[in-house]
Amino acid sequence: MAAPPGAAAGFPAIQTVNLSKRFGHTVALAGLSMTVPRGEVFGFLGPNGAGKTTSVKLLLGLLRPTSGEAWLLGRPIGDLQTRRRIGYLPELFRYQGWLSAHEVLALHCELAPLPRASWKDEITSALETVGLTERANDRVSTFSKGMQQRLGLAAALVGEPELVFLDEPTSALDPVGRHDVREIIRGLASRGTAVFLNSHLLSEVEQVCDRVAVVDHGRVIASGTMDELLSGTAVKVRVSGLGDADIAKLGSFGTIDDEGAHLTFTNLKPDRVPELVAAIVALGGQVYEVTPRHQTLEDRFLQLLEEEEEES
Amino acid sequence: MPPVIVIARLTVQETSRRRLILALVVLTLIVVGFSAWGFRKITTVTTGNGATLPPEQVALITSQLLIVVTFMYSGVLALSAAVVAGPLISSEVESGLLLSMLARPIRRSEVVIGKWLGLGVLVAIYAAGSAFLEIAAVDWATGYVPPHPILLVLYVGAEGLALLSLGLLLSTRLSGITGGVIALVAWLMGWIAGVVGDVGTGLQNQAVENVGVVSHMLLPTDLLWRGAIYAMEPDAVLATLRSAGTFARANPFAAVDPPPLPFLAWVVVWFTLMLLLSIWSFRTREI
Repeated sequence: MAAPPGAAAGFPAIQTVNLSKRFGHTVALAGLSMTVPRGEVFGFLGPNGAGKTTSVKLLLGLLRPTSGEAWLLGRPIGDLQTRRRIGYLPELFRYQGWLSAHEVLALHCELAPLPRASWKDEITSALETVGLTERANDRVSTFSKGMQQRLGLAAALVGEPELVFLDEPTSALDPVGRHDVREIIRGLASRGTAVFLNSHLLSEVEQVCDRVAVVDHGRVIASGTMDELLSGTAVKVRVSGLGDADIAKLGSFGTIDDEGAHLTFTNLKPDRVPELVAAIVALGGQVYEVTPRHQTLEDRFLQLLEEEEEES
Repeated sequence: MPPVIVIARLTVQETSRRRLILALVVLTLIVVGFSAWGFRKITTVTTGNGATLPPEQVALITSQLLIVVTFMYSGVLALSAAVVAGPLISSEVESGLLLSMLARPIRRSEVVIGKWLGLGVLVAIYAAGSAFLEIAAVDWATGYVPPHPILLVLYVGAEGLALLSLGLLLSTRLSGITGGVIALVAWLMGWIAGVVGDVGTGLQNQAVENVGVVSHMLLPTDLLWRGAIYAMEPDAVLATLRSAGTFARANPFAAVDPPPLPFLAWVVVWFTLMLLLSIWSFRTREI
């Protein structure tokens, strides 16, 4: 495999070119091309079955690509030496129930492999970061699901990796745990570690990610920094007296999210709000409230998926 | 520590902490205790005229009973190896346990070899330990020691390792239950096919004899078992079997000759092939 494009300018954390994966007749990933710079928190979003976990597994060498190329930290995927510098929390997290939390982390230190002299500090630090210090010597089989996910996060952190893959890292965590994970991700970013974050929790992604890619049906349908992606404004209107046909006539004002008493128009410029209100009134609707607001990631995400569906 | 050794150690640690080793040790001690008591009875049992058995007869009965007891040990070893090896990789793939480990700088071949090595060490220790205890108990009870105890351990251990290798290969692709059941059925069918082959030898029918030859090539457990029997047979029994001609061979608890050297060479090749196949199968599996 050739060196990645742009290698001379320094290797990005992740680079993929037309990375594809088929399982029989099912296309799991259809030509993924993206670059994740070093030290960046990169959010990878998409509905269920979009190809997010497949992408992570391809990048980690757990699956073989059908076609395309990819590099991690400047080396082709599957390179053993590169894995010394990578941490991974799988979506399906499970650790040896017959070992203690301390022993699981010692195992990962050994496999990493880290110098034995550093294990104690690495393990202590990782356990402290995820809040498991008190349970260090307890068997993993006695842990709750949330605690096992914390342990998985600790395992991903040992050895100060340059790139960390977190696949749904808060799926089993309570709000406090989610907050802790956000802090951990910010901590990783502050020390220059690139984080590849797969998550369904859009608010979480919005809070910690520098850049986001949205995937659907195995391909990236949008990507960019948070500012680039959320440049539009959404307008929420509390309205009554409109039928489905009337609402359809308002399609020219942007993508409409019909929530019954509220209609949300995404990607609508604020200067068109009076025109929108006039159009609603002309159609016989009664307007009670108009609230322009910045588009959230969820607004944009739903809009992108809707556009994608219309196109296909 | 090299990853292979780390994985091997982890495999031993798992079986130990899941108390499989403890269960096997306790069961073995119980069986050894009971069998020592039983073998002791052979020396005190009286015939119709009130006399105890002469030493030659005690040795003959003991040697035959020891073969049956060893069959039980080899069965326990084969069953344990198949049942433990069946889910060795598949369960860890299904549960996701291997995901975070395989993202480390570790080759899949190292996972396969490490698991084989870890379980192989346990099989070898169990074969040697249980054989030593049983032989010591029989020696104490009757004064009889089988003629080739070291060979006995090697053959029984190799039979366990063969089942372990088959179970591990199946484990790279099939679920634990499926792999374990297939390995067990293969072991029993191999045993039956060996008897069928011996019947062919007895009848001097080459086609039927070939059933045994082919089954021994595919899964050498039965012929290894015959090697273990041969290692336990005293000269007097061997002489009797040989004088009975080819029909004496059609008996799953008797062996007239040791396994031929070319076959033992094939066993080494077979183990290598199984391990290579397991590595290839796991390397090409998508997780």
